[in-house]
Amino acid sequence: MTMTLSQDAKAGAPAEPLLVVKDVTKTFITRQWLLSSGRAPVRAVDGISLELKQGETLGLVGETGSGKSTLGRLMLRLVDPTSGTIRFDGQDITRLSLTGVRRMRSRMQMVFQDPFGSLDPRMTVRSLVIEPMIVHGYPRGEIPGRAEAVMRQVGLDPRFADRYPHQFSGGQRQRIGIARAMVLDPKLLVLDEPVSALDVSIQAQILNLLREIQRRTNIAYLFIAHDLAVVRHVSDRVAVMYLGRIIEIGPRDAIYESPHHPYTISLLSAVPIPDPARERTRKRVALHGEIGSGNAVPAGCRFHPRCFRARLIAAKGAVPTTAAAGTTLPVACVAQVPELTPVGNGHSAACHFPEKVGISAN
Amino acid sequence: MSSAATATRPAAQASASKAPILDIRNLRTQFPGDDGPITIVNDVSLSVSARETLAVVGESGSGKTMTFLSSIGLLAKPGRVTAGQVLLDGTDLLKLPAREMRQLRGRKISMVFQDPLSGLNPVFTIGDQIIEVLTAHQSIGRRQAREAAIALLERVHIPDPHRRIDDYPHQFSGGMRQRALIAMAIALKPKVLIADEPTTALDVTVQAQILELLSDLRDENGMALVLITHDLGLVARYAHRVCVMYGGRVVELGELDDVFTAPRHPYTVSLFRSIPHLDTPADAELTPIEGQPPNPALLPPGCAFEPRCFNAHGRADCKTVVPPAVPTTQPSHLSACHHWKELASLAVRS
Repeated sequence: MTMTLSQDAKAGAPAEPLLVVKDVTKTFITRQWLLSSGRAPVRAVDGISLELKQGETLGLVGETGSGKSTLGRLMLRLVDPTSGTIRFDGQDITRLSLTGVRRMRSRMQMVFQDPFGSLDPRMTVRSLVIEPMIVHGYPRGEIPGRAEAVMRQVGLDPRFADRYPHQFSGGQRQRIGIARAMVLDPKLLVLDEPVSALDVSIQAQILNLLREIQRRTNIAYLFIAHDLAVVRHVSDRVAVMYLGRIIEIGPRDAIYESPHHPYTISLLSAVPIPDPARERTRKRVALHGEIGSGNAVPAGCRFHPRCFRARLIAAKGAVPTTAAAGTTLPVACVAQVPELTPVGNGHSAACHFPEKVGISAN
Repeated sequence: MSSAATATRPAAQASASKAPILDIRNLRTQFPGDDGPITIVNDVSLSVSARETLAVVGESGSGKTMTFLSSIGLLAKPGRVTAGQVLLDGTDLLKLPAREMRQLRGRKISMVFQDPLSGLNPVFTIGDQIIEVLTAHQSIGRRQAREAAIALLERVHIPDPHRRIDDYPHQFSGGMRQRALIAMAIALKPKVLIADEPTTALDVTVQAQILELLSDLRDENGMALVLITHDLGLVARYAHRVCVMYGGRVVELGELDDVFTAPRHPYTVSLFRSIPHLDTPADAELTPIEGQPPNPALLPPGCAFEPRCFNAHGRADCKTVVPPAVPTTQPSHLSACHHWKELASLAVRS
């Protein structure tokens, strides 16, 4: 979507991006109630910085426990950051008061994964769609017309406005969720796994709808999903998270065609392609072990216990090594946290050895 | 995708020629409804041989899970199998008394479900639950069973099995729980393992590990593996043959390469076109399948896919006659479409 460029040009001044996140950290305190001896802080999101422009889609991928959903909730101030700043639409929203947050949320909305659990079953579609407008003090006289227009835009027949959510299919319910988010004409939509609960034949309907809405309204999307093929389809840029940090970020094609971080490489190689001939020849990069949890984050690079590249580099013997994770690894990987560093145009990776060593994704 | 690819599939060719271990014939399952019985599995025939993976693809409500629950006597009441045969090594499971069926389940045929947490009892340790499977079906001492359980956990790659055997399910990650369930399912070396969306709740790297494990176990134990899934990528990577279900019926069935390179049912074609994949052009428009998956209580009189089909064009036979599954270009490649020949010239995947 080249739209963003022309939009910025139109605005004249080199306006700041719609969303600017700087060094945001969120620490949760867990009570270990069984052994009530101590509290272990969990760093769900650890020092994340990113930007999002108007009309742009940033895909956020990562496995369970990577912190991608927490990051989405931080943007909307559904959870408060422990440290760092979030600027949205030219305003620091990090320490906004409750009323300030409420006003801000009319411009920033969220669509949830579960179209079954996120809609009040006792409300009709009409009341679900007009509720956000009432909450945000939309001019009364304009509400019915706006509700009907948005329902049409998301492909809901306004004749069914008096029905209840349970009378709709999963795909239709997700349309209701999108209509609720869109009635206030927000500038940013945080979409948390918006199609993963839907039947495969329905996903394309919703993905096409989201694309069409974006073309028309120039809205920005933060698209959170674990399905890498879906994220590739919708995103302009992609950020990959691992245990609370962004480990690689860049333009979509750079991430998918020349990933630099070993985690991104193994993630992509794990996604099967529906082409039997290609699957037979495709190399797979196996990871060691499983993703850890946020309360026992490995020192140094948090990916080092599972990293194939660190093992390869240590085996080559050109760098100082040490015994770690039951094998021999470069000292840097075990001792030093790698920062995101540029590896290409707008493309950064947080790896001590970002040059592509060993195995590629395809 | 060239024709050369087909030749590099010796395992599949060999297994296809062998007699099937599990042979489901004309299975019909019905639930009572307000206006007469609702048929949720309709005239389903499919089979799977030793060392072979059959993928069963379909959406929710397509009947894919119900086919296998019906086959192994786990159908919930008031559902009832009203027709057909389920031959396991020649024995019709549908004719077995409940007690014998219970003995057979686990020993000769077992099933792994999607949600690894609900398959495990939270108040017993992982070890207790595996040991229970082992001792329920064979005369084996408690200590021996514990050793066997540890070996099983090791086999499914649970790290440190001597210690982890005494963990409770909540102490395991999602991937480890699924491995534990697989360990239970293969404990008695069944001849057929049915894995129902075994990795849907899991992350993609864990998913790959689990399916690799299942494939290894299939080869090692000479098992037949049925993989129920909606993920066409997984099918391409792990299956030998594919069965596509829609509205309670088998709409397409054949060798992996035949179905993927030349699908002969419009639903299969639409599935390929509607889902983004890593190898499709990134900016390509998706072609959604319009409408909703069918309600089994309100199936149309003709082809269940007709209301959503891009190739039906309101034709009378599509609307009124249920298309039988017939052989197409290959004798082993079946399609339940009146007009499958018209799909021959179609470019399936852009």
